[in-house]
Amino acid sequence: MDPVMLSRIQFASTTLFHFIFVPLSIGLALLIAIMETMYVIKGKEEYKKMAKFWAHLFLINFAVGVVTGILQEFQFGMNWSDYSRFVGDVFGAPLAVEALLAFFLESTFLGLWIFGWDRLSKKLHLMSIWLVFFGTLMSAFWIIVANAFMQVPVGYEINNGRAEMNDFFALITNKQLLLEFPHTVLAAFMTGAFFVVGVSAYKMLKRKDYEFFKKSFIIAIIVGMVSSIGVALVGHSQAQYLVETQPMKMAASEALWDTSSDPAPWTVFATIDTDNKENGSTFQIPYLLSFLSYSKFSGSLEGMNQLQEQYVEEYGPGDYIPPVKTTFWSFRIMVGSGSILILLSMYGVYLVARKKLDQVNKWFLHIMVWAISLPFIANWAGWIMTEIGRQPWTVFGLFKTEDSVSPNVSAGQILFSLISFSLAYLILAIILVYLFLRVIKKGPHDSDTHKEESHDPFDKEGNYVS
Amino acid sequence: MMSLNELWFLLIAVLFIGFFFLEGFDFGVGMSTKLLAKNDSERRVLINSIGPFWDANEVWLITAGGAMFAAFPHWYATLFSGFYTALVFVLLALIGRGVAFEFRGKVHSETWKKTWDIVIFLGSLLPPLLFGVVFACLIQGVPIGEDMNMNASFSDIVNGYTLLGGITVVVLCLVHGLMFTTLRVMGDLQDRARMMAKKLLIPLAVLLVGFAVMTYFVTDVFEVRGTILSVTAVVGVIVYFLAAYFISRKKDGWAFGMTGAVIIVSFASIFIGLFPRVMVSSISDTFSLTITNAASGQYSLKVMSIVALTLLPFVLGYQIWSYFVFNKRVNAKDHLEY
Repeated sequence: MDPVMLSRIQFASTTLFHFIFVPLSIGLALLIAIMETMYVIKGKEEYKKMAKFWAHLFLINFAVGVVTGILQEFQFGMNWSDYSRFVGDVFGAPLAVEALLAFFLESTFLGLWIFGWDRLSKKLHLMSIWLVFFGTLMSAFWIIVANAFMQVPVGYEINNGRAEMNDFFALITNKQLLLEFPHTVLAAFMTGAFFVVGVSAYKMLKRKDYEFFKKSFIIAIIVGMVSSIGVALVGHSQAQYLVETQPMKMAASEALWDTSSDPAPWTVFATIDTDNKENGSTFQIPYLLSFLSYSKFSGSLEGMNQLQEQYVEEYGPGDYIPPVKTTFWSFRIMVGSGSILILLSMYGVYLVARKKLDQVNKWFLHIMVWAISLPFIANWAGWIMTEIGRQPWTVFGLFKTEDSVSPNVSAGQILFSLISFSLAYLILAIILVYLFLRVIKKGPHDSDTHKEESHDPFDKEGNYVS
Repeated sequence: MMSLNELWFLLIAVLFIGFFFLEGFDFGVGMSTKLLAKNDSERRVLINSIGPFWDANEVWLITAGGAMFAAFPHWYATLFSGFYTALVFVLLALIGRGVAFEFRGKVHSETWKKTWDIVIFLGSLLPPLLFGVVFACLIQGVPIGEDMNMNASFSDIVNGYTLLGGITVVVLCLVHGLMFTTLRVMGDLQDRARMMAKKLLIPLAVLLVGFAVMTYFVTDVFEVRGTILSVTAVVGVIVYFLAAYFISRKKDGWAFGMTGAVIIVSFASIFIGLFPRVMVSSISDTFSLTITNAASGQYSLKVMSIVALTLLPFVLGYQIWSYFVFNKRVNAKDHLEY
């Protein structure tokens, strides 16, 4: 097999797997920090118990996020060495800052948080979890600085055939970043929130620790509503910016072969024929694409065929149309999942506000359990659209994917690593789900899993058993 | 005045040395869960002794990688693609080890724990072994061509010299980890850790001297940096004897400092021997990567320097603070997280 394809499969699979855990970690860190803040302010043990219970899930999840993250950093050099040579000057800096500013903060203060319940004052302990949360945000920020450069390169000049940074400030004020970062972290808050909502709903259905989980549900559904609406609003601005900066990606995500009419209708679904570059049957809503793209009910969008001609003129011969079906459908899956989440969370908040949560039909809670999967689907679809839609480029307009791989790594080596990592990740996934279910089943009681192991109940030496 | 390229070489060296000093002891503790601990309770005490720290220690490696990517992209690209398969094993080991710490205590079943114990042991043994091999390769020289790519055969990477390097690093980490254990546990386990470290002193000395002698014959580092390397060699011998002295006098804190000093001197010697090269080409010296031809532009280095020098004091500050927070010894009767 072709090393480019294998490297792409490995990058896609390891990145998507990593990106199950990252948003959940960010979102759970926020919720745990909120819960512990309520504990410190209100002084009720219940909130401490809450923070501790959700932390069990957070920690299992965080561990997998961290270990799969190391691979992400190594893989640029291992599989994409020519890419690393080309952009290292620009792309390496945010990665280095990410480690310095985010990873040290997260790891040190998480250690302090886990082991520090009895050794730190309440306030210092609370500060630790907020710093962990801040660390996860910084981590997201700097990695998206790097990603935003791949989407919309700024602050560089080409010297000796490689991109060299000439304006760091431009890099961290890249408009792409200022849209992509809030979109991604709000989606992460949403992921954590719907996870807590879903698990709480499950326990409420089982009538286990009802009041405990109802409280968790209430905190999380509010965070879920605010963040899911936020994601959509930022997403709207992001789409408009996409029209300006990466019109090809926009056209592909609309399966728009030829420049649209003015005003442009939005295609809800279409049967796409990539060979003949046309769509079969479509279902469209008039005016909507113009509105999505320009916030007004007029304006047309350029089509892929026209853009292809322009790009050939600009960048030389080649195929500049990304995989259209993937881009088109991932965009719809993302938007569809997001919209369902907004509606669900609004209804949930309505129930809470009206104090009707206890009388609610079971179906709503059942739906919320299943809704745990939607943020993950939306996150994945969003990244698939972003990254696949940029093809054939790794850095848009500057550097192609086919030129990015390591010339000295053989297909066999990549195949070996691909199989090993996939197996390892598969095992991790199975164990993670198993552990999650165990913790959830157990509930907040004995949330201290080691309690049954304290050796001698009359032995006072172990008195800082938490 | 030091150039920015030199500064970044120094910073990356410091990050790697810091990684081997810090994660060195937690690799050592990881290995001693099999070699030293007699039962589950002792294993848990050992794991808990590094519980709050190992994750942050590993970040030193990630930061070293990130800094390399940013400051010397060609070094990063050549090294990581050149040692592809070795790094796959390092990654698998680190992945397994990281989750093993978190997963091990979550289910109370013998098989479950035993499985994760094996993962912790292998995950703590393989990375120092493989890093030892890789670092030995760096000074021995690897086939790097004109295009800066490294096309190594198996024997370029795995040979007598590099294997000796790998084993030396493993034993070095083990002794260092045992000394860390003496600081963090008490009673019988503490005594046995010290005893074991003592028994390993002679084998370790043989390995270190053997590696140094082979380095003299196999590599050119003594030709290039003879004077300063003879100084580090002497310093190495002194700190080694001090380590032995303090271990036998049961001055554990000082002994730990000295085993750490052995690690620092050993890896510092490797970086000194490389300088100003970052990777030695075995094909032709003109193809060697250096701090000049592998580096980023001056602007990038300048920005990175400002960021790094601003952040480092804080990073070091809170890491040191965390060691103070957890200065109490771990006791089997306490609440153990793992």
